[in-house]
Amino acid sequence: MVTNINLKAAIVSALMLAGLLIVWEASVYTGPGAATGEMSEYEMLTGGAQPDDSGIPAPSAIISHAITELSDPFYDRGTNDKGIGTQLLYSVGRVLTGYGLAVLVAVPLGFVVGMSPVMQKALNPYIQVLRPISPLAWMPLALFIIQDSVKSAIFVIFICSIWPILVNTAFGVASVKRDLLNVARTLELSRLKTAVTVILPAAAPTILTGMRIAIGISWLVIVAAEMLVGGTGIGYYVWNEWNNLDLTSVIFSILMIGVVGMVLDSMLAAATRAVQYAD
Amino acid sequence: MTKPFLQVENLKKTFPAPRGEPPLTVFAGVNFSIEKGEFICVIGHSGCGKSTILNIMAGLDQASDGYVFMDGKEIRGTSLDRGVIFQNHSLLPWKSALSNVMFAVKSRWPGWSREKVREHAMKYIAMVGLKGTEDRKPSQLSGGMRQRVGIARAFAIEPKMLLMDEPFGALDALTRGTIQDELLSIWSQAGQTVFMITHDVDEAILLSDRILLMTNGPNASVAEAVQVDIPRPRQRETLFKHERFYQIRNHLVDFLVRRSRELAGTGGGETRTVRLKAVGGDLEDGDGEPSRRRAAGGT
Ligand SMILES: Nc1ncnc2c1ncn2[C@@H]1O[C@H](COP(=O)(O)OP(=O)(O)O)[C@@H](O)[C@H]1O
Ligand SMILES: [Mg+2]
Repeated sequence: MVTNINLKAAIVSALMLAGLLIVWEASVYTGPGAATGEMSEYEMLTGGAQPDDSGIPAPSAIISHAITELSDPFYDRGTNDKGIGTQLLYSVGRVLTGYGLAVLVAVPLGFVVGMSPVMQKALNPYIQVLRPISPLAWMPLALFIIQDSVKSAIFVIFICSIWPILVNTAFGVASVKRDLLNVARTLELSRLKTAVTVILPAAAPTILTGMRIAIGISWLVIVAAEMLVGGTGIGYYVWNEWNNLDLTSVIFSILMIGVVGMVLDSMLAAATRAVQYAD
Repeated sequence: MTKPFLQVENLKKTFPAPRGEPPLTVFAGVNFSIEKGEFICVIGHSGCGKSTILNIMAGLDQASDGYVFMDGKEIRGTSLDRGVIFQNHSLLPWKSALSNVMFAVKSRWPGWSREKVREHAMKYIAMVGLKGTEDRKPSQLSGGMRQRVGIARAFAIEPKMLLMDEPFGALDALTRGTIQDELLSIWSQAGQTVFMITHDVDEAILLSDRILLMTNGPNASVAEAVQVDIPRPRQRETLFKHERFYQIRNHLVDFLVRRSRELAGTGGGETRTVRLKAVGGDLEDGDGEPSRRRAAGGT
């Protein structure tokens, strides 16, 4: 009798995965795509050049591809032949740059908005209008002004990270308990000292929650941005493999995007836990 | 005649009302004074403005009219000379008990070394009986322990005056008794001036030199200052045997039940000093210096 809930969950997870893979593998070899005699309409359209890769690839093919790719992830043999690790590093680098800049701008600005009711009212209309704009809508403008595709992608990450961090920081700062602020006042702390030693730690969990939302959105957006601007990065890689009709690589990179996104999120989750306090 | 240590003159507080209604004058014409080293308790029904008065004395709030002087200087803004113990402890939840006290000590004496700050803070942690639990966060402490940390923090900065807003209100009777004893012993060593709000009549008699009685709001005021002439040191266990105890207690309860309502809204003015006679329990105007003898300034 298994009593441990984690163990139970792990077993169920493993069974579901195994079931999925078996059904998938079987359907690839028995489904319509498996009949190699006739070309499908799509294959005829694309010239039918790669009869072996025509259907959805089998899990076994993806796994063996993954092993090859991951055994040498960082190779770089020219523009269109870089390892998956190299491409992911490009994307992560852009995300962290744009995101880092957003943190540097949004946290102090959030403090100003959260501490001053006047600034809150003054800036609110701008925030409300700018926030719902899809970050990719900025791309043409960014390309025109910045004249550099990589910097434009970074700008798009910056613009999509800034809102959740700004809004959460302002909210966290504004909801610091009045009592704690009164303690700071009775101890005659300066405004700056109060902001750093009382408000920042008090609002940190809320700020980190905003930062966690922002990193998630950034990782979603970078893939689309790189598909648009091309050159390097995991988004470009996926699109490029699609143009090569290499579905095995496409599926493999989709999985890698998920894994890296999970790692980024769990890092922010750990940071949030580190500043969390029980009230 | 020397000026009293702390003097409250014609204090009035009016809150702007929600639209349509007239503004709310919580209290007006509040006059009293406190001598150095005195322990003063304030009693009054909830909503009569006790917390507001305390906040004005702390410098956290501003009076609509009137003045508060300490050491001859008008109070404007907060000061490390006036320590505040808040009703709900108000500890920084992410800091340990010791760090909370150290935080206050550091802001009082910014030049001190970390070792000295720590040592000083530990002294007060030990004084409130929390040695051994100093590394726990507030969430890992019981309500009574948290309130003790708050007391240690307030005493550690060695303010000239301590302001306490129903500091034991949320505690069970047993814990409350222990902390009252601790508070009395710290106070008698440190010799600070204390202004404390309470709704517990017995607590007020145990702790105070004088008890200020407030009428009901709105337009509340301090009607009387009752002398508690029971000699110190006082023991909780034997206090009720003292002949004055029930006299004073009955007087206070009668005020709370009946007279605070009858006198409500009369608008303040002088604060009568009351000293109960040895036998009987009749009232008598104080023969000492009345706290304030001033024309009514309230509305
Ligand atoms: N910021 C405020 N705005 C409007 N009314 C207030 C405010 N603070 C307190 N009051 C009112 O002032 C009165 C006195 O409050 P308070 O000083 O807290 O009383 P107490 O401590 O004696 O119970 C109450 O009626 C309360 O509603
Ligand atoms: Mg109150």
